[in-house]
Amino acid sequence: MSPVERVLRGLAITLVILFFMFPILWILLMSFQTNETILRVPPSMVFEPTLINYRSLITGKLQTAAGSLEIQFMRNLWNSLLLSTSSVAVGLLLGVPAAYAFARLKFRGSEDIAFTLLSFRFAPPLLVLLPLTIYFQQIGLANTYIGLIWVYQLIVLPLILWIVRGYFEDIPADVEYAYRIAGHSWFATFRKIALPLAKPGIAAAGLLAFIFAWNNFIFALVLASADKQPVTVGALAFVTASGIQYGQIAAGIVLSIAPTFALAIYAQRYLVEGLSLGAVKG
Amino acid sequence: MNQPVLHLDRVDKFYGEIDKGVHAVKNINMEVMPGEIIALLGSSGCGKTSTLRMVAGFESASRGRILINGREVQTLSPVKRNVAMAFEGYSLYPTVSVRDNIAFALKSSTVDATETGRLVEEMAEMLEISAILERFPSSISGGEQQRVSLARALIRQADLYLLDEPMGQLEPQLRTLLRSRLKYYIKSRNLTAILVTHDQTEANALADRIAVMEDGELQQYASPDQIKERPANLFTGTFVGEPPMNVFPARATVVDGSVQFELAGGLALRYPEAEFQESVRQQIIELKEVVLGVRPYAVKRREDGAPAQVMVNQWLGDQTHIAASFADETIVLVEHDRVRLSDGDTIAIHLEPDDLHVFDPVSGRALSHGRSMA
Repeated sequence: MSPVERVLRGLAITLVILFFMFPILWILLMSFQTNETILRVPPSMVFEPTLINYRSLITGKLQTAAGSLEIQFMRNLWNSLLLSTSSVAVGLLLGVPAAYAFARLKFRGSEDIAFTLLSFRFAPPLLVLLPLTIYFQQIGLANTYIGLIWVYQLIVLPLILWIVRGYFEDIPADVEYAYRIAGHSWFATFRKIALPLAKPGIAAAGLLAFIFAWNNFIFALVLASADKQPVTVGALAFVTASGIQYGQIAAGIVLSIAPTFALAIYAQRYLVEGLSLGAVKG
Repeated sequence: MNQPVLHLDRVDKFYGEIDKGVHAVKNINMEVMPGEIIALLGSSGCGKTSTLRMVAGFESASRGRILINGREVQTLSPVKRNVAMAFEGYSLYPTVSVRDNIAFALKSSTVDATETGRLVEEMAEMLEISAILERFPSSISGGEQQRVSLARALIRQADLYLLDEPMGQLEPQLRTLLRSRLKYYIKSRNLTAILVTHDQTEANALADRIAVMEDGELQQYASPDQIKERPANLFTGTFVGEPPMNVFPARATVVDGSVQFELAGGLALRYPEAEFQESVRQQIIELKEVVLGVRPYAVKRREDGAPAQVMVNQWLGDQTHIAASFADETIVLVEHDRVRLSDGDTIAIHLEPDDLHVFDPVSGRALSHGRSMA
């Protein structure tokens, strides 16, 4: 690569990083400022950092011009974590064996069933939400964690099913046959051979499902009341009667992207490892 | 009478719907006796691997019965059939070492850990893979993976060993060495094995009987010698044997007490009537149009023979292969001495009636081998 090319490449990469990272950086900076410094004209990168936003989020007391306000940000954060983790756990528990079945067994209508599950992702959520709300109220699932986790399967399950199925299909069937013919049951084969080989795929699907569940807004907005709401819905509380609390919103964003961010960085190692496994040939 | 270890009874395999899909295996009947090594020999796509996989239980038979030691198994899962298999694509477990790959085959049995270790070492020694036991499948060569896969199959106690192209990836020297070790291993323990191969040298060297398959059909099931000397049809005749059998279309007549085969290009081969059995003679005359086959080793040069022009003459170090133009076709001769002939030289070819194979040109069925009926 010539030096000119190298410089141009570096420049292009810098521009792309700047473009995508600047909003995140700006949010991070905002989260350490008060509403006054955020809204001053012209804006400036120089300010006196303050932890007041974080303090009010953690203590749950929001100071506004109109007085003190109770918010449940930490509760929302906890709800998000609980809902996303449980949804993904349930999704994996149901989805991985189902994906294995779709990948390995040919049964009547298997393609149709798999496609139907995928089609849940095409439909606008509102389409199912309104009837669902009525059902849930009648059977007592409205405003419960179980009800929400159930509905979250609409997001999580198709994703896991389709990604993991692809990974299972990529495992040569003979590897499993070799294990089965040595006298192992199909369940042992699934556990000892198929699962370890599909691990990178399961990790990727789990991660994506977690992020999708975490970012969901509409289901929780309709189906959950304040004490069950995740952080995406809870953030609406910052739009107060006396104006929008930019500082707290920024701090809220920083806190709420932290878990997914950490998870992504942690899982990335496994994803790359999984993708390069098998490419190493003697 | 011993009970066969394996009995295939009118087995059919269709991929897709029965009678509509691809007919991969057509009405196969065969028996494998205890202690026998059987080779399924055929070109790619002839149905030999499908047959093996039906026996293993990875494919279901569309029709017919499969019996192992007298027990019908076609509805049993592979686990319950008590067969061991070495896969063509090796199919090693990528996540564990070579040692564990082999030992995994014993994990579900009653063999204890020290005994397993000993058996693995012994098997590794036989197949020359002792040095790579701690490595992982992704870091060893194809030939090594193949031997690991073979070790994994052989280490088990099974009623029947199914080996799908077990030595296809090995270098020639190693292949010859392992062939004899494998045969010794199987024979000394009185095991029963079916070997799928497209390499006839391997089939000839290892097998007690060879099942020649083509287009899903079992063409012939007999000992290597019989297949060579008495091929059941034109396909077996030309498929087995290296170099392949020479074949010539001919018109058979009886002229003045001789059987005469008129070949293309105005050539005629004449033999005294007495050289052929009455029944053979009758059949040949009745059919008129026949196909003559003769093995390259059996083609003789004799002064009073029919003329042929040398096209290529190759000395292979221990034998000479001569290709010559004969009756508008190419005839191949094999001689054990070094023959010095140049391209274009004329040689005189003689075919002994003993070495002639006569086939029906329409059905391909063999009519006679030498002087006797097929």
